[in-house]
Amino acid sequence: MTAPTDFTIAEARDALNAGTVSARELAEAHIAAMEAARELNAFITETPDRALEDADASDARRAKGEALGPLDGIPLAIKDLFCTEGVMTTAASHILEGFVPPYESSVSANLRAAGSVMLGKTNLDEFAMGSSNETSYFGNVENPWRRDGDNRPLVPGGSSGGAAAAVSGRLSLGAIGTDTGGSIRQPAAFCGIVGMKPTYGRCSRWGVVAFASSLDQAGPMTRSVRDAAILLGGMAGFDPKDSTSADMAVPDFEAALASTANGGVQGLRVGIPAEYAIDGMNPEIAALWDQGKAWLKDAGAELVDISLPHTKYALPAYYIIAPAEASSNLARYDGVRYGQRVEGDDLTELYENTRAAGFGIEVRRRILIGTYVLSAGYYDAYYIKAQKVRALIARDFTQAYEKCDVILTPTTPGPAFAAGEKSDDPIAMYLNDVLTVPASLAGLPAISVPAGLSGDGLPLGLHLIGKAFDEETMFRAAQALEDAAGFDARPAQR
Amino acid sequence: MAVDRDTVIRVARLARIKVPEGDLDTLAGELSNIIGWVEQLEEVDTDGIDPMASVADMKLRWRADEVTDGGIRDKVTLNAPDPRDGMFSVPKVIE
Repeated sequence: MTAPTDFTIAEARDALNAGTVSARELAEAHIAAMEAARELNAFITETPDRALEDADASDARRAKGEALGPLDGIPLAIKDLFCTEGVMTTAASHILEGFVPPYESSVSANLRAAGSVMLGKTNLDEFAMGSSNETSYFGNVENPWRRDGDNRPLVPGGSSGGAAAAVSGRLSLGAIGTDTGGSIRQPAAFCGIVGMKPTYGRCSRWGVVAFASSLDQAGPMTRSVRDAAILLGGMAGFDPKDSTSADMAVPDFEAALASTANGGVQGLRVGIPAEYAIDGMNPEIAALWDQGKAWLKDAGAELVDISLPHTKYALPAYYIIAPAEASSNLARYDGVRYGQRVEGDDLTELYENTRAAGFGIEVRRRILIGTYVLSAGYYDAYYIKAQKVRALIARDFTQAYEKCDVILTPTTPGPAFAAGEKSDDPIAMYLNDVLTVPASLAGLPAISVPAGLSGDGLPLGLHLIGKAFDEETMFRAAQALEDAAGFDARPAQR
Repeated sequence: MAVDRDTVIRVARLARIKVPEGDLDTLAGELSNIIGWVEQLEEVDTDGIDPMASVADMKLRWRADEVTDGGIRDKVTLNAPDPRDGMFSVPKVIE
């Protein structure tokens, strides 16, 4: 029999329905795994008591024949960027240490209402700013994977690094992350799991600590494409409390997965963007991309050459827009209404002292860049210019989707790297997101699927970008990639 | 454009973050590198393109102007670092 920690969400659901496992057994197995893997530092706050309480309530419902749906009794980890009522929420920042929200984010509230079980709050880069989970005030997260014959710790990617490590290391059946420029997809690729960013507006941003509001989007992190579809179904939905929430019905994403009944990806037009074949591309990544093309073609899809001419400008545009929005959003941390406070002789000094002590160096750097590009005399040259380039990037995708249904690229320029390897050079770190940022700027859904191993035994991901609000086609193609890849490698730590 | 020490001081002041004297040169160097790198956007012809503030292709919704919340003072001040009598506190602002 499969160990409870090795279930997919779909398998756990079926076992719960069949009565071969209880929600309490699932919760206990994952609490034990979480406690045994503390060296990964995947969680900032563990909530075992809450998990058992949730699980018992789930078992009680099921005993009465009142189970709520596919997520009832499923243990999940929640990125510590989602406000959770009565449970400390830090955004991995010292400035929010001790903050206990008196309200629940809409996405985590949806998951509670669906009967899921909360295991704890996962570690992340401070305020979700980073690609390696090395900027957390609560310490680095370790990737459960190791290079073959080399025991040095590797980064899990970021910013949803704790969530990715928890799912990869079998500490949770699934997790919810957030993605601003790649913060779900890049760590998913580094940890060998599935990570999906929905269309902007699909999941409510209400109650999620804001980084860059025009880009932030919550999404599922799981060990299978089917699980991502199930979990997204529990997260998504219209929310009048978020002014950019899309007032649309939530489709049955699981029903949309590729199957013999719906013909799979037969006849699907898969766009291959010329501009993603960047100079000096890692040959292993290029080979994986070619393999992905071949898999989809063999499954009956048609490959179409497309052009996204402004691709190379996406990352610099992002590094104006995201810090600009962050500098505005993070203005609220002033030491007056919540969070840490450092006294000063007057109000301005209180602000300056509080923010100097509360923010880490990457957050400080981004606030300063954002303040600079928004300041008088520079606003048009940087911020407005970047917004115009963003419009061109979105237009590139609109034009490409006249010729194709979904776009295939690699997820990252390379596999996970060692802690400290890139933390001295901000731009080298930013380049991690070069392949994921364009879809973020255009607000499109995208998913990373584990597809192979590097020469030294680390997972690599393939990336599909869908049309706005057409997650179903993207899931269908992702399922075909997953079936062809047959990725069953497991991390050294688990 | 290079970001110098004085610019870092000015921007840090705008952002209300105290930056220690010893960090100014490092920050000036880092910000110069990043700003220099993003300036490649100058190559892009954006004449006649409207800036895109949001991908959400929608008009903001209206709702009735009515009170939907209230009576939760204790929740509002629950996390205040130095609450006084159900209020937030700050250093003296008016002499």
